[in-house]
Amino acid sequence: MVSLPALAQSSGKKPNLSGMWQALNSANWELEAHAAEAGPTALGALAAVAPGPSVVVGGEIPYLPAALAKRKTNREQRWTADPEAKCFMPGVPRATYLPYPFQIVQGTDKTMISYEFADTVRLVHMKDPGPAPADSWMGWSVGHWEGDTLVVDVTAQNGDTWLDRSGNYHSDALHVVERYTLRSPDVLMYEATIEDPKVFSKAWTVRMPLYRRLDDGAQLMEFKCIPFTEHFLYDKVGR
Amino acid sequence: MLRTAITTVLICAAGSAAAQPAAPAKPAAKWTMPRLADGHPDFQGVWTNKTITPFDRPKELGNKEFFTADEAKAFVKKTLERNNRDNRTDDVSDVIGAYNAFWWDSGSALLPNMRTSIVVEPRNGQVPPLTAARAAAMAAQAQAVKVRCEKPGCAVSNFGTPAPSDEPQALDLMTRCISFGTVVPMLPTAYNNNYQIVQTEGMVAIDTEMVHQVRRIPTDGKPHLPATVRQWYGDPRGHWEGDTLVVESTNFSGQHFGRMTAADENLKVTERFTLVPPGILTYRFTVDDPTAWTAPWTGEIPLVPIDGMLYEYACHEGNRGMENILSGARKEMQKAGAK
Repeated sequence: MVSLPALAQSSGKKPNLSGMWQALNSANWELEAHAAEAGPTALGALAAVAPGPSVVVGGEIPYLPAALAKRKTNREQRWTADPEAKCFMPGVPRATYLPYPFQIVQGTDKTMISYEFADTVRLVHMKDPGPAPADSWMGWSVGHWEGDTLVVDVTAQNGDTWLDRSGNYHSDALHVVERYTLRSPDVLMYEATIEDPKVFSKAWTVRMPLYRRLDDGAQLMEFKCIPFTEHFLYDKVGR
Repeated sequence: MLRTAITTVLICAAGSAAAQPAAPAKPAAKWTMPRLADGHPDFQGVWTNKTITPFDRPKELGNKEFFTADEAKAFVKKTLERNNRDNRTDDVSDVIGAYNAFWWDSGSALLPNMRTSIVVEPRNGQVPPLTAARAAAMAAQAQAVKVRCEKPGCAVSNFGTPAPSDEPQALDLMTRCISFGTVVPMLPTAYNNNYQIVQTEGMVAIDTEMVHQVRRIPTDGKPHLPATVRQWYGDPRGHWEGDTLVVESTNFSGQHFGRMTAADENLKVTERFTLVPPGILTYRFTVDDPTAWTAPWTGEIPLVPIDGMLYEYACHEGNRGMENILSGARKEMQKAGAK
């Protein structure tokens, strides 16, 4: 049994969000409400698309009309074009709602979030270090507290990630603001507001609970997926 | 993603190492151990272990454990010159091995302890011999590669010798972007010898910059993974002995890199981290693998705080080299009538 000072103390100390967390929904399949769907034939029902409600506040993602065509193309190519299939780092907010756990290590002036999938990691700077020096897959995260909510501002993502396995996407103009608030010691409410003027007509928000992993022996384990994707990526190269 | 390999850009990053209070008005303030609320030492910050000190002692130095000041100067000069001898400017030929001082990030200094090697035990500063079985297995592997590379489909590898290059699984871990260094133990490599430590009660997380490899080290006493579960970088468990963090790593899968190539699944690594004035993180590690080496071996290499940040090393995402290497080898094999 781990005992951590999870909720804010009456002295005004910040909540401690450290620990192992995981989303429990089918947002990574599709952010909007969706019925079940077939997956690749060879895998039968193993890789079927699981059904789920929308995690988007208001239900639908407000795409610019001209941007919808690319989502459609992405969706048609989902089994080969999804960067998750390539073992690429998933970006923010997708890293949060992958079906795999992550570890928050809340340090003194840095918060590290280590994700099980593909050795993904990002560092949240709790004192503003200035603008991003370069774009990256996981972006540039700057955090601060608003009361008991950890607010993380994420810029400088490179535009090469998807938002889910159904082809929802963004550009390099993506700007994400996340909010993490403990609802109880083992439930962390998560919101991410997404703005991208090249793709969406206005800002929109995803919202979901994250659950602390309480299983005996639960820990992040190695998920080095490069060896699992090499045939997928390279079998046809030069042939 | 193009990324220069020069020494970390000095950005005014917050959170410098060892969380010292702001310098007071009077100089030479006494260093005190920074601590977290739970009383344990605070190792947080950005660290490097780049050094000119060789991994194992140059044979000509025998049992000499420390340089004199003059010997140190001469050694540093010789090493820097040797590392910078490739200064081609107009040559557009193959860039394999075209590294010089622009790329190497070993710094320009020996360890302040003036040791002649990182390896301190055995006393001769050399890694012990391999077991006969391990030596035979590695020799057989090398021979198999030699035979394979008499046929088309091989290329000069990162290590300067021909190796099969028509399948990713035949290439080295670096070319596959799986591993660029040892990670555990923390040994310096060509560049990006940078680490970020973030720490909270019950957990020490060490991010090795190349290739964004986080070791999550619980210090809450939970047991290791079951022996049936093996991981590339093992499974670390930490505990405090006074102000020293002791980390034991087991459950290795047997695939290792660089200085640890000879290790197998029976590897156990023990590391000891202690903060000393004026804020250096001393690091001592022991490698114990009785089916690989005839004796355990120990090294020391301190981590020094740096005023900078880690960059994202998105290797696999940008691995165009892999496509080009495979393409070249496969075309060569097709031309030669191979499968």
